[in-house]
Amino acid sequence: MDVLVPLPVAIPLLTAAALTAFGYWCGRRLDDLIAIVATAATLVISLLLVFRSNDHDLVYWFGGWKPSNGVALGISFTVDPGGAAVATLVATLALAALVFSWRYFDEVGTLFPVLMLVFVGAMCGFALAGDLFNLFVWFELMSVVAYALTGYGVEHAGPLEGAINFAVTNSVGSFCILFGIGFLYARTGALNLAQIGEALAGRHADGLVIVAFTLLVGGFMTKAGAVPFHFWLSDAYAVAPVPVCILLAGVMSDLGLHAIARIYWTGFSGTLTAGDIRPVLIGFGLVTAIMGGFMCFLQRDLKRMLAFATISNIGAVLVGIALLTRSGLASSIVYLNTNGLLRGAAFVAVGILVRRFKSGDELDLRGRGRRAPIAGVVFAAAGLGLALLPPFGPFLANALVVDSADTLGYGWVPPVLALAAVLSAGTILRAAARIFGGLGEAKDPLFSHEPEESQEEPTDTRRVSQPLLWIPAAALALVGLGLVFVPELAGHALRNAGRLVDRSAHARELLHGVPPPPAPAPSYSPSAAAYAYGVASTLGALAFAAFGLYRRRLPIVLRRAAARVADRPVAGLKALHSGVVGDYVAWLTAGIAVLGGAVAVVVR
Amino acid sequence: MTRRVRLALFGVAACGLAALLLWSITGLPKFGDYHGAYGKILNKRAPQERQTSNVVAAVVFDYRGFDTMGEELILFAAVMGVAMLLREPREEEAPVPEDPVRSDALRAFGVSFAGATLVLGLWIVAHGYVTPGGGFQGGVVLAAAFLLVWLAGSYRAYRGLARAPFVELAEGSGAGGYVVIGLCALLIGDAFLHNLLPYGVAGKLSSGGSIPLLNWASGLEVTAAFVLLFNEFLSERAVLIDPTRRPS
Amino acid sequence: MSYLPFVLAAWIFLVGIFGIVRSRHFIHLVVCLSLTQSSTYVLLLSIGYVKHGGAPIFKDVPLGTKAVDPVVQALTLTDIVVSVTVAALLLALAIQAKKHAKTMNPDELRPVRG
Repeated sequence: MDVLVPLPVAIPLLTAAALTAFGYWCGRRLDDLIAIVATAATLVISLLLVFRSNDHDLVYWFGGWKPSNGVALGISFTVDPGGAAVATLVATLALAALVFSWRYFDEVGTLFPVLMLVFVGAMCGFALAGDLFNLFVWFELMSVVAYALTGYGVEHAGPLEGAINFAVTNSVGSFCILFGIGFLYARTGALNLAQIGEALAGRHADGLVIVAFTLLVGGFMTKAGAVPFHFWLSDAYAVAPVPVCILLAGVMSDLGLHAIARIYWTGFSGTLTAGDIRPVLIGFGLVTAIMGGFMCFLQRDLKRMLAFATISNIGAVLVGIALLTRSGLASSIVYLNTNGLLRGAAFVAVGILVRRFKSGDELDLRGRGRRAPIAGVVFAAAGLGLALLPPFGPFLANALVVDSADTLGYGWVPPVLALAAVLSAGTILRAAARIFGGLGEAKDPLFSHEPEESQEEPTDTRRVSQPLLWIPAAALALVGLGLVFVPELAGHALRNAGRLVDRSAHARELLHGVPPPPAPAPSYSPSAAAYAYGVASTLGALAFAAFGLYRRRLPIVLRRAAARVADRPVAGLKALHSGVVGDYVAWLTAGIAVLGGAVAVVVR
Repeated sequence: MTRRVRLALFGVAACGLAALLLWSITGLPKFGDYHGAYGKILNKRAPQERQTSNVVAAVVFDYRGFDTMGEELILFAAVMGVAMLLREPREEEAPVPEDPVRSDALRAFGVSFAGATLVLGLWIVAHGYVTPGGGFQGGVVLAAAFLLVWLAGSYRAYRGLARAPFVELAEGSGAGGYVVIGLCALLIGDAFLHNLLPYGVAGKLSSGGSIPLLNWASGLEVTAAFVLLFNEFLSERAVLIDPTRRPS
Repeated sequence: MSYLPFVLAAWIFLVGIFGIVRSRHFIHLVVCLSLTQSSTYVLLLSIGYVKHGGAPIFKDVPLGTKAVDPVVQALTLTDIVVSVTVAALLLALAIQAKKHAKTMNPDELRPVRG
């Protein structure tokens, strides 16, 4: 067993504990430095794991409890390049967040680095876990940390409400997951996902299996922020401190989808056929992508805007997974990593603006961003990347979806996804043009209410050296855009996805120690149709940005007609995002019921 | 949404969810008729392999000990989170308010039970892997002993006993200790959290291999975590009742 | 009788969520959330129950005595810890709501909209 496997979890957690134990006796700067070093170590080890797991998965049994006769006695980590890449993404974003937050949280002493380290450890554990209940433990650990970090600055109503809505809805989601685990344990007598898959495979999917699948997927969709489980997300991400948002929006949401992919392929793919489940999951994904993009357009608060862009992206990743093919899964891996980095970079850019100008409001900042050019370049680059500009990562991911959707007969899906990218990325580009170029009008009545006073007041902005602010932003953007130039990235993603998709070979490796023969990485180059979608959505996003900036210069007849059509739905959508936790939980219940009903109908 | 619309939405949704849950319940084995392999195998193997008479403790600290590490960290992180949420807006360096206990009955109760509770807590932690109990259960009882000191004395006396740097030292050592025990196995070439010690004889305190160590680490962590929680919540209360520092 | 404990768990789950949905007070909300979570204890423990089985503790009883499933008990222990921690965090937030937002009603605390 590879000695490195437990370290991405153990290092950050141990460092957090040590900082707590001895924090009182060592200085504040030293704490920050130790946290940064520990995160960097986690980054290096996760990256090593990506390479080491290249040829075959690394299976690790904690406590040395190897399975006996196909029954797992202990808990396993199953490291494949996809999972290790997610762990690397976690560490990368955390490193950027910690560097950016140097001298940011001085008044809470060691608490902030400690919580960030626990967050990193929990997310790495979640990315690698191969045991259903262990997955739940890491899920809860990262949730608990995230609730607390979101509530930083609770003397304002925003963080207070955001943290409460976050905690309550996600807790209900986690109960759903527990119910699902309980049902599966009752049926299979197993907690290891591969063993559950073996027990379910080839059997008829009855009510218990369908409902267990529904509860697990619904619970993880709550964490991911898929419609209609997404309401908490925009409230929480809009108020959390920027360094926390980098991790929340950059990777935590995607982890929910990562779990859904693993649970379907390793656990359920032997009993629930892909063709049955596909339309249901694609439906949820597309609604999420479009609704997120549309709500994104209505925002003027940059963090809330990026929160809805995150939701829109989540929808796109979910569609990739929902195709339930090797290409779709590979697309989700590429999408998740590159988008996460780009969104993280955009959040750092917003953080620079907030620190510099004490405002995170698009209209308020109009033209003022000219004095922070690096933030502007990063923000615009992130917007272009998210707009599926060839040849960058999101484009590549979309290309994989385009090919797979066409062969499945879902040729109408890619245009909808491109539309979602136009909406969300176009809005980001609109904000970039207005803030950093001074373009567009100074007022727009369509936008949501004036945001309250900025909640973030870093301790002392004067003493912060500027490179600590812009280096993380530039680094994240560069890595996010540059990732696509890794040789054969798509081929490796396809090969990795192929290993996860082959359920029985995966289970044999895990439970009986028989590794499958190494498969060569297929070569992949995007089709002409994919390029067409990429170029069209980039141009569309630019046009949509211009529309957002100069909407009110359109002829009055057009505007009246548009108002007649759009005013009511816009008001309705805004009213749905009410900020009341009771509403959100009611929607969550409805979402589970609809998901379960739909799965039941298609399977029966 | 108005409350009425919300309740209507929930009513419809809950009917759907209830139907789903009932549907899946019909697929469960009958109550009391469970034949899952995992638990059965562990009931058979644990007492022999690990010399623990309490199989639940063997599951918690050995077979699924890695879960417990996460669980311990959940408690740890929550306490740190509560500290951040409550501490941050509160001004530091103010004198600790007195907040004396005025009821004789409470004081008598606190004095007479604090010591006994402490001993009981230690006993429950110590015998966790032999009889029902363990680090988590005993840790909560131990923390209750601290709370009894508050009942018997005053808030100031309690704060004197539970000084934050030392409780944090205990909390960090408990959580970190668990991870360190796991890493020690790694250092000698075994899997993370692999057993380190001789197994001893089942039913005795010296049994179960590494389980006692992990058990005590979590006992320490849980005690410290709850004492820190009490610290934070009690100081909120003390601030509220202190007439000189009543928030305007 | 043979399905009653499971139906009970489902009932507690739904009633708890109902309480959350119509809650007008944070403390009430936290209690409802803990209640909802207790449904998962009922579910897990009743799944692992074996008729006439004792506790999975083999002190003073011979090995191989019929016993209930130990794994669900360990899971429930974790579950309880989770419940306590979330309750503690939410109560801390409730204190801040009372102090700063001057309201304990979730319906009234709504600065973010649209």
